[in-house]
Amino acid sequence: MQALYAQLLVGLINGSFYALLSLGLAVIFGMLNIINFAHGALYMMGAFCAYFLLNIAGIGYWPALIIAPIVVGIFGMILERTMLQWLSGLDHLYGLLLTFGIALIVQGVFQNYFGSSGLPYAIPDELKGGMNLGFMFLPVYRGWVVVFSLVVCIATWYLIEKTRLGANLRAATENPTLVRAFGINVPRMITLTYGLGVGLAALAGVLSAPINQVRPLMGADLIIVVFAVVVIGGMGSIMGSIITGFALGVIEGLTKYFYPEASNTVVFVLMVLVLLVKPAGLTGRAA
Amino acid sequence: MKHRISALFLGTALALAAGGGAMAQDKTVKIGVLTDNSGLYSDLGGAGSTLAAQMAVEDSGLAAKGWKIDIISADHQNKPDIATTIARQWIDVEKVDIFMDVLNSGVALAVNNLVKEKNAVMINTGAASSDLTNAQCSPNTIHWVYDTYMLANSTGQALVKAGGDTWYFLTADYAFGHALERDTTAVVVKSGGKVIGTVKHPLNSSDFSSFLLQAQASKAKIIGMANAGGDTTNTIKQASEFGIVAGGQKLAGLLLFITDVHSLGLKVAQGLSFTETFYWDLNDGTRAFSKRFSERMKNKAMPSMVQAGVYSGLIHYFKTLEAMSGNPHDGVKVVAKMKELPTDDALFGKGSIRADGRKIHPAYLFEVKKPAESKGPWDYYKLIGTTPGDQAFRPLSESACPLVKK
Repeated sequence: MQALYAQLLVGLINGSFYALLSLGLAVIFGMLNIINFAHGALYMMGAFCAYFLLNIAGIGYWPALIIAPIVVGIFGMILERTMLQWLSGLDHLYGLLLTFGIALIVQGVFQNYFGSSGLPYAIPDELKGGMNLGFMFLPVYRGWVVVFSLVVCIATWYLIEKTRLGANLRAATENPTLVRAFGINVPRMITLTYGLGVGLAALAGVLSAPINQVRPLMGADLIIVVFAVVVIGGMGSIMGSIITGFALGVIEGLTKYFYPEASNTVVFVLMVLVLLVKPAGLTGRAA
Repeated sequence: MKHRISALFLGTALALAAGGGAMAQDKTVKIGVLTDNSGLYSDLGGAGSTLAAQMAVEDSGLAAKGWKIDIISADHQNKPDIATTIARQWIDVEKVDIFMDVLNSGVALAVNNLVKEKNAVMINTGAASSDLTNAQCSPNTIHWVYDTYMLANSTGQALVKAGGDTWYFLTADYAFGHALERDTTAVVVKSGGKVIGTVKHPLNSSDFSSFLLQAQASKAKIIGMANAGGDTTNTIKQASEFGIVAGGQKLAGLLLFITDVHSLGLKVAQGLSFTETFYWDLNDGTRAFSKRFSERMKNKAMPSMVQAGVYSGLIHYFKTLEAMSGNPHDGVKVVAKMKELPTDDALFGKGSIRADGRKIHPAYLFEVKKPAESKGPWDYYKLIGTTPGDQAFRPLSESACPLVKK
């Protein structure tokens, strides 16, 4: 029984990464209608950015949590301005192919220079060690990841669903021409939203750098699962992807305990089941 | 009439002799480096293996003697089906004579069959499964650098002797992990230890915390990592996070490469002990080669034992072809000759190749240095034990290979 609690908690930790990443994807898809396959590569860039900050500029983990998402976010906005914006109004497939190509290029470039086994990034001193919870030893850093990502997820949800800025944004997705008529600069807003989604990916990258090796393929390994999370949660649904992210982390954790061989597959089995029953995802509205 | 017939015979004989001579003097060789160029094993094989092959060609000096040697390379993406498709095309269209590296046991076992069917040569330096020279042995394959039996034998025995008598395995769920777990279990049990559990994880996982918690709960003294590459580095990193080593359990890296240690950093990797058959800082020969190698690598990395094996294996292959004074393009014939000749190169020293295709050389038990002991980048290992070649690998008496005459 104790082992089960431990697995649940570990699942929740992994769920935090799924939630953060799928949140970014949901924001980008929900607001921009772009299936952002470059998300994994941008997540990886976030981790690398933290590594460079530490090893070249001597800037530690805490500032990196802010700087890396901004740097990668700006990179994302440049992508949006120079490439993605030309695809608006076209079939989803174009955006998917473009971002997938960008992901391959970015990963290839990083792999060319840094190899595949990755680079070390230590846990910051303040978050070292762990606490004994009775049923398991919880590393402080993992606890921090869960709390921090929950806060970020809820803040993002609040920003988009409850503020005036969010309302404008949602309106701009529904009817850009009309929103323009109210004097709102829609293209700029779209660019900033893409930057926000990308920044969330980079933030997840920084969070994961001390846990996983900083590797060029770290995002490629994760992105497929995260897409499944988004599909299960309902494409574009902010709250849906947050909840599904955490829930799937837990389910995957339980699978690792009861039948570890299937732990890579369970998410996709669930995806198939959900699509059969509710094609729009758990929280999505039918198109 | 009689004269004419004998003249005809003589003419035919001469023509045949000339033809035969021309065939024996065919001095073209095509080498195919089949490896993981983009995935989790690409640092320990990958572009470094191709570079090692180039260096072997240059150092052999055969070009100056009129030989024409080409190298091609491809990425098998760790998928046996892709690997066999490439291999088939290489043999049929590209006329590749010899396959080098071929890391990943799943891939190696698949290519092994094809190479045998098509009578080519494989010097496998990357895959670990000891089946390549046991039940699956082939007259066309030589297993050069290491195998699961040797790793289990050296590391497993040393750890049980040091008091690690209860084991829990964390195993990569494919041919290699299974073989390594099986061979290590045998050694542990034989040395008086006990295996109390095992968990199989999918290849290329990023989060190991669930598996580590299960290993922790088992209270086994040793957690044996029957995985490799990125899987192992992530396991080690996360084990330190979950306080596994601090809690008194010991991690056993059953297969670690220098590139893994480099990527972990000494702070995390210090104190790990494991077995390799090559280290750049063993002697003058290995240092000289590794220095040249590292200068030509894009990220200035030192060679892994897999890459060193590509060099060493090709040097012996070239020596054999020279002794045969030409390339007969006949895999079985070449491999038989390679087994006859003793091996000797700067990287692995003097050795031999057994009837089952196993290359014999010493195995070294290393321990990773503490950060304070290291003099700089890549100065990572302390040698703590050597198993002589004749004791390092599976004895022929236990072999299930049909090529071994009993």
